[in-house]
Amino acid sequence: MTCDEAKILLHALIDGELDAGHAREVEAHVATCVACAADLAAYRDMKRVLADTNLRYTAPSQLRARIEASLPRAERPNRRAVLRGFAMGSAVSALAATGLLAVVLRQDDQQRILSEMVSAHLRSLQAGHLTDVISTDQHTVKPWFNGRLDVAPPVIDLTAQGFTLVGGRLDYIDARALGAVVYRRRQHVINLFVAQTANTALRPPKTETMQGFNCRHWTNRGLNFWAVSDLGADELAEFTDKFETAMKANLEG
Amino acid sequence: MSPTSDDPDKARRFREAALPYLDDVYTLARYLLRDASDAEDAVQECYLRALRHFDTFRGDAIKPWLFAILRNVCNAEYARRANRPSAIDDAPEAAEQTPLWRESEAGPETEMLRRRDATAIRKLIDALAEPFKETFVLREINNLSYREIADAVGAPVGTVMSRLARARAMLRAAWTAEEEQSK
Ligand SMILES: [Zn+2]
Repeated sequence: MTCDEAKILLHALIDGELDAGHAREVEAHVATCVACAADLAAYRDMKRVLADTNLRYTAPSQLRARIEASLPRAERPNRRAVLRGFAMGSAVSALAATGLLAVVLRQDDQQRILSEMVSAHLRSLQAGHLTDVISTDQHTVKPWFNGRLDVAPPVIDLTAQGFTLVGGRLDYIDARALGAVVYRRRQHVINLFVAQTANTALRPPKTETMQGFNCRHWTNRGLNFWAVSDLGADELAEFTDKFETAMKANLEG
Repeated sequence: MSPTSDDPDKARRFREAALPYLDDVYTLARYLLRDASDAEDAVQECYLRALRHFDTFRGDAIKPWLFAILRNVCNAEYARRANRPSAIDDAPEAAEQTPLWRESEAGPETEMLRRRDATAIRKLIDALAEPFKETFVLREINNLSYREIADAVGAPVGTVMSRLARARAMLRAAWTAEEEQSK
């Protein structure tokens, strides 16, 4: 790999957009090239600073009200309709990706979904967005989801295990409603996103990092889980373990 | 308003799909137009158009679709302002002359970039030239994947990648230059 190629591809590496093979090629180049190594470190650092800074704007409430007012009134949503027709990901693969570089990008949609999860996590951290129902009591949070989603997410109190249940929220990923169960450890927020899946096979937890956040994804009992947080990877893995252990105990008990 | 947008079911679906992204759309508008009240107008127009054309939206990722509409609205606003071309040849070579990243003099244990407050960073981003700024904002602030950016701006993924590389080089150069001045 030449420096010219590496200088472009290192950005795709930082952004988690490279497949494993090309990621290794960039890393191999960087290992032997001082200039590209310095670039990679600098851009990683810049990305971290940017991720730690709130660069978003919040739409003024009068703008939200004006847009709301311009929409015809509607009756209460029927939850079947909310879920109808929102297949994740079909469109992305259909997108015309031209140019040679596109070939090296990941073909699957996992990365995009992950990025949506991180977006949703970031949105939730803005004032007033974290929870729709605030309660440390799982017997309050769980019923709140019933009637709002076809399948309510499992809500488990993990306070004794060091993860405090804060509440729940209805979130939207790809215009699809799903449940977010919110936990806290110290000052760190964990969003546990839960969505139904047709796939009942167990998929063991795996951590990926995106924009300075750790995201641990697994599939069990026909549910997809994504735990997103700025917690360290080890503590997020601990959260996952505690959650799954408690789930198992609940089912057996 | 077109008659179809009076359909309450459509309006409800639109509300559920599009309103959660109001802050994202407004954020992009602020960076593209650099003016709060122009951004508000653009976002309102964007949502009106999006509702009108919601039938053509197929239930895939809605963010790039909304951003593509917003971009058209903003381009019209640029045309109205008439003092800046909206798009955007991939030419400006300023970034090619960016100085090499320099090691922090404070030592490796400190960050290479001095932390700045959000206002200062927003200003640096505002000053980026198009089309690099929109690519950068879509990636770093709106969290779109490369493919989604390509979809929103109507450019190949390869172009998105090179614009992003250029945008980051420009930002880094501006950031460093500012640190120099503040010494
Ligand atoms: Zn090199």
